[in-house]
Formats: sequence, structure tokens, C-alpha cells
Amino acid sequence: MAGMTRFWIGAGAVVAIGLLLALTDIIANSFWFFAAYVVLQYVVLATAWNILGGYMGYVNFGSAGFFAIGAYTAIVLYNLIKAPLLVMIPLSGIVCGLMGLGMGYLTLRLRGVYFAIGTLALAVVLETLMVNWDYVGGATGAYVIRPRTIEPFGDYVKYLTFVMLVLAVIAVAAARWIERAKFGRGLHAIRDDELAAECAGIPTLRLKLIATTVSGFLMGVAGAPFPLYVGFVEPASAFNLAYAVNAIAMPMIGGTTMWAGPVIGALLLGTAQQIANVTISSELNLLIVGLVLVLFVTLAPEGIVGLFRKYFGRGR
Amino acid sequence: MTGETILAVEDLTMRFGGFVALDSVNAEVFEGERLGLIGPNGSGKTTMINCVSGALGNYSGTIRFRGRALGRLKPHQRTRLGIARSFQIPRPFRSQTVRENLAITIEYATGASGAERDDRAEAVLQSMGLGPRADAISAGLTQIEMRKLELARALAARPQLLISDEAMAGLSSNEVDELLEILFRLNEDGVTIIMIEHIMRAVMRFSQRIVVLDAGKKIADGEPDAVVADPAVERAYLGD
Repeated sequence: MAGMTRFWIGAGAVVAIGLLLALTDIIANSFWFFAAYVVLQYVVLATAWNILGGYMGYVNFGSAGFFAIGAYTAIVLYNLIKAPLLVMIPLSGIVCGLMGLGMGYLTLRLRGVYFAIGTLALAVVLETLMVNWDYVGGATGAYVIRPRTIEPFGDYVKYLTFVMLVLAVIAVAAARWIERAKFGRGLHAIRDDELAAECAGIPTLRLKLIATTVSGFLMGVAGAPFPLYVGFVEPASAFNLAYAVNAIAMPMIGGTTMWAGPVIGALLLGTAQQIANVTISSELNLLIVGLVLVLFVTLAPEGIVGLFRKYFGRGR
Repeated sequence: MTGETILAVEDLTMRFGGFVALDSVNAEVFEGERLGLIGPNGSGKTTMINCVSGALGNYSGTIRFRGRALGRLKPHQRTRLGIARSFQIPRPFRSQTVRENLAITIEYATGASGAERDDRAEAVLQSMGLGPRADAISAGLTQIEMRKLELARALAARPQLLISDEAMAGLSSNEVDELLEILFRLNEDGVTIIMIEHIMRAVMRFSQRIVVLDAGKKIADGEPDAVVADPAVERAYLGD
């Protein structure tokens, strides 16, 4: 109970600080909000990936597909009814949650590398569909006109960043709850040995479908504000390899066994990428991810959380 | 036999492509019984219990548990009905402690939670002699501890029928006796047990009845002394 209270006090403090920064001009340069938005978006994406990949051991290479469908759902809603962001987010989540459920039914007979390839194929199929769907801009892309300002935040990017902060807190809280709930313990058992889990009375298929749905929902939520953030969405940017790679690398670097792992990984790697963007080159992003990932997989396969446990004796 | 039929296997056939692993096998297990299931390597013993436990679902024939045809019930549904099994090669939840291995099984197989779950896990730990290792990560257990954990996890599901698949393989004589005592105690508590084993000393001591499989067919079914004297069984193990 004390841990839960501490978590919610921490989460509340983070949201309050975010709100304070978004409502005031303490940080005048809007670049910091642009950068923070990307880092927070990766917190949501990495946390969503970890529910399936970390807790359950099913590696999803199709994160970019879910993220992009979240973004394209927002574009459809924008084109249809000029829907506001707070309508786009839950509906994009629902669409991607259902897509996750469908992916679960189609691919969960597959295990290990075959499941991973199946998810990658799904992303490729989805990208092809979007390339050929004129209503959302097809191959040439679609514009979404972002309001310049919104009250009481002023700059719309501040508002977007604050919304992404709240989404990140919700995603992390959900992951933390899952990790400690009966559901999460079931996922851990599946990761360790699926047949043994089934024979221990665990309804593995049902749990896997719930996990793919929740993970898909959160990835969709992460993608929903993307069109308003960038103003122009084309398949190559929405389905960018960087999303799939980062969604895997960040939990691996932070540690996949605990909710804090993807958060740490996303904050470190996301921040490093943003700094590299403005100091060296935006093209170096994936190189940084690759190098750090190789380093961690070789030297600290259980990530930063694993290192922390090893040297400070926390947990086991 | 001891009581009413708890498990009935009728015309059970299992094919892997062109290979017939089980060929129209019929067998019964009675309430409270200690049944030994033996046969040479590749005779179909593990295939049979994989069918009974639901790990293999595409068999033909009928498997009834307390008169109810199991049909296409999944393994977790069969576990909840009261059929639990251990694995020939231990398959613990490696990242979890011994206690967590049991707790998760109790939670899902019996629906118990909170203090009730913890009390039951503690009781199983003590009965299996795993108390001192309760908080050890299961990946780090010794061979005998792994075997005990396999049985403990099956026991945590509160089975009416326990299938022990070569739980004694690779153990020393003393360790075999230790596991036998545990199985005897479980049986005294009312659990029907099917024991698959290659260690004949253990099978003969433990079983009230023995079923013998060879090349997917049942070749003998009877009291231990009669079965081992059966020429067909001798041929299966030693050849013509």
C-alpha cells in the first residue's frame, strides 16, 4: 500500500510540475516542449510494448503499425468531423486495441521468432493499405491544421506535451497495475513456460488476447496526437522504423521485467536522441539506439533495472 | 478396484503424421488408486498423458473424467476440473520464486486469493519439504528440488487425479524414496495417482496396478507381480 501511495504521489507531482511548466512561461523556448513530447510519446510506446514483450515474452516488431494506425485514425476523425484531440485519443486507442485483438487471434498460435515476424508483416500490410487509401492522403500524405493556440496553455504544443505527459502517467500506472495483478503474474508465467502455465490452470489464450489488446490500445493512444504534433502525416513518417526499433530498444535498455524499465529506457534514450538531433545530426538517432542496445544486450541483458537489483540488492 | 472409475480412456488414438503414437488404447483409473504406467522408450506413455492433460488436443477416441467426456477442453480447464500433471523435464516458472510458482497455480487453478492463497501455498511448501527454499528463484534449484517443485505445483492445483511423469528420473536412491513417501502421503490424502516411471523398484513398490504400453498399444494391465511375469511385457523390454 505504501508503494502505491508513493507511486501516485510521484505521478501527481510529475503531472503538477508538467501543468505548471505548460501554463507558465518558465520555459520560454518551445523546443523543449517539442523535445519533451517525443520523449513522453516513447514512454507510452515503450510501456505498451513491454506489456506484451517484457511481461509476456512475445516480441512485437509491429509497434510502428499500431502507432501509425493510431495516427491515421486521428486523421480520419479530423477529416470526418474535425474531432478534437481528446476525442481522437480514446477512439484511436479503441481502434488499435481491436487491431491488437485481431492480431492476437491471427498470430498467437505463433511463438518466438514466428510471432515477431508475423507482427512485422502486419505493419507492412498496414503501411501498404495506408499508401493506397486516398482518404487519408495515400502515398503523398495528409495535412492536419494544428490550432496555433489553446486556452489556458497558450501555445498548442505546450498543450500537446501536457496531454502526452498525462497519457504517459496513465500508461505507466496501467503497466504497474498489470505487473502486480493476477493478470500480470499470469503473463509472467506464460513468459517463463507457456505449456506449464496452461497446465497450472492459467487460461493462456485469454491472457494473451487481453495483453495484445491493452498493448495495442496504448500504442494507438501514443500515435493519436502525432498528426497534430507534426501537422503532416505520410506513411513513411508514421510507419517509421524508428518507432519499432525504439519501442523494443527502450524497454531492453531499461529492463523488461518491471514497469520502471521502459520509463528509464525511454527517458534516457529519448533524451539522448533529442540532444543528438540538435547537436550532431538527426540521422544519428538509430545509430545511437543500435550502439546502446548492443552494449546493453552484451553487458547488461536485464537492463538498468537488472543492474540496479544486482548492485543494490533491491527485489530479488 | 479401489473405487469408482475416475478416468476412462476409450479407443485413444494419436497420430503424428504417418506415425501412430497411440493405437486404440483403452484404460481405466479408479478413485484413490495408485496406477503405474510403464513401457519402453517411445511406447506412448507421455503421449497418453499429454492427451489426458490436454497438452495434445487432436487425438481421436474419448477421454472421460468422472464420466464427463473431456472433448476439446484446454489444459487449464482440465486442471480446474481436477487433473494435474508434472513434467518429465521440470518446467518451473524460472523467473519466479518457489512460493510464487505455487501461488500463481493456486490463484488460477482454484480461484483462491490473498491470505487463503498464501496459507495454501505455505501448506504445500511444508508438505513437500520445500519450506527452506520457498523464496529461492526456481531457476537455481537442485535437481531434487526441481522435481519436488514440479509435484508441488501440480499439488497446488488441488487435483483429484495427479499424473507424475518420470518424477524420479536422475535422482539418487534416497531421493527416489523421499519422493515415493510424498506420493504415498498424497494418495493417503485421497489423491488418485498415475505414476509414469522407468525405475522399476519405485513402480513395483508404489503401484497397486500397472498398465504397460508398447509401440502405442496396451499390452498388459494387472497387478504388479502378474504384469512383470507377463511374457508380452518381457518381450517388449528385452526383445524376442
